[in-house]
Amino acid sequence: MAEIQDKLLTHIATLARLSLSEAETRSLAHDLAEILKYAASLESLDLTGVPPMSHATEGERFRPDEPTHDLTREQALANAPDQDAGLFRVPQVIGG
Amino acid sequence: MSGLTSMGMGELAAAIKAKKTSASEVVDAHLSRIAEKDASIGAFLSRDDDRARADAKEVDARLARGEDPGALAGVPIAIKDVIHVKGLATTCGSKILNRFATPYDATVIRRLRNAGAIVLGKLNMDEFAMGSSNENSAFGPVRNPWDLTRVPGGSSGGSAAAVSARFAAMALGSDTGGSIRQPAAFCGVVGLKPTYGRVSRYGLVAFASSLDQIGPLTRSCADAALSLSVIAGQDVHDATSSPRVVEDYGAALGESARGLRIGVPRDFLKGVDAGVMAEFDKSIAALQADGAAIVDIALPNAPHAIATYYLVATAEASSNLARFDGVRYGLRTESAASKSSLKDMYGETRDAGFGPEVKRRIILGTFVLSSGYYDAYYLRAQKVRTLIRRDFETAFASCDVIATPTTPSPAFKLGEKTANPLEMYLADVFTVPANLAGVPGLSVPCGFSNGLPVGLQFVGPMFQEATLLRAGHALERLMGAAAAQPPV
Repeated sequence: MAEIQDKLLTHIATLARLSLSEAETRSLAHDLAEILKYAASLESLDLTGVPPMSHATEGERFRPDEPTHDLTREQALANAPDQDAGLFRVPQVIGG
Repeated sequence: MSGLTSMGMGELAAAIKAKKTSASEVVDAHLSRIAEKDASIGAFLSRDDDRARADAKEVDARLARGEDPGALAGVPIAIKDVIHVKGLATTCGSKILNRFATPYDATVIRRLRNAGAIVLGKLNMDEFAMGSSNENSAFGPVRNPWDLTRVPGGSSGGSAAAVSARFAAMALGSDTGGSIRQPAAFCGVVGLKPTYGRVSRYGLVAFASSLDQIGPLTRSCADAALSLSVIAGQDVHDATSSPRVVEDYGAALGESARGLRIGVPRDFLKGVDAGVMAEFDKSIAALQADGAAIVDIALPNAPHAIATYYLVATAEASSNLARFDGVRYGLRTESAASKSSLKDMYGETRDAGFGPEVKRRIILGTFVLSSGYYDAYYLRAQKVRTLIRRDFETAFASCDVIATPTTPSPAFKLGEKTANPLEMYLADVFTVPANLAGVPGLSVPCGFSNGLPVGLQFVGPMFQEATLLRAGHALERLMGAAAAQPPV
């Protein structure tokens, strides 16, 4: 894809939850087009039958899912920008 | 005792245990040097001198009682500000964390403290470890101790500068595409990225979870070996940490490079600065004279590593960084707080809190994962990642380690590459393949070009850190560049 249009960029920014300014949108659209142009070199490779690699581990080892009490509610809320009655407070989500 | 800030970790611990000096004296010497010199470097983002002094006193008290405080008794260390240290703010070099008050120690910190190490403070870095020059920090750049007009490299720029400038005997960094090795090369110190899974990532703020590893920056391979022996090992809090036995890496250092088979991928080394190439070639010749066998190898897919990396790493980053939303911690600006919808609050918070490079990578990562583009970009990159890993497997059939320059050039000037993101990305051309494959990499100082340090990188098979450190230790002795002190 040769060019990332501003419209597509705006869609991506919405997915990424970034309220970009118009200037940021234009500049990022330009950068993305440049980076994807560079990444187009991968299109020349024959990848028939090559499996994708998502990690380099020898296998994950899960621990038993047992509850622990590492943080008190007060500690968990200590860094919250807004809280009320022991809960994180956010703008209204449903209705309104 | 004088010269404390230039001593190695093992040397310091031994001197403290032998009561030739004390942990308190060692910590004070480092704190004074930081107070005197860091204004011109900018390595530290936060310090807790009182805690460091109290911890040092405790080490001295334990020694006085006849106890053994551990292998790193009284050794002063500093930590890249992407790793949690209880009691110190974590910033990740970003405004969006709003000086997060950390409620716990990362596993590596717990292990280092249990071994007697003293944490002096947190070090500057590119925001969320995204960058190759430390210029992406929200708290200003770090300057290279060898030349204050130049970058220290990144993203662990503060870590490399702090160890080079003798502010700490060791610093922890994190390496997703070269962020330990590249700044180590630029600042003339040793930098080790362990095998993926060798060191627990619990308490490391995630950038790209399939690539991130914590590792040490030190002034010798012996100190890197000692550090790795302490921080490595399985951890119940990191499902990807390996159960393999942790070796005594120091015991494996050996005396020479005799019998080592060192692979050199000549075709991959195009476009390297002439001064860097000259030091690299001298090093290879010296290793050969020392008894190493030099083997021609090929890494045919390595030239595709940067493109692959920027598709894979940004995809993972866009997912990992979704947690910074102004709800449970971090920034919520007045403008964001005034929004009547949750979505707008998220968007405003993230636009105000993230810097330009982080936004660029979140956008790229979101794009490559989005409907209609996933197969063409992300999935394709994951397949190329397999080819890159296979290249290493093939190469290691005929050699024990692979040698390349760590970077294509020595440290560049502040501002030199900030206008062109792609040019900045190419600073990591030789370091990125190891992260994609999961294999360990070690940068060792091997000489100077126009007064600037040059690093040589060894890459080894999975979990063969001992072999890398042996090669690095031999190179240090042969080239004598490791202990060099910058003019600062």
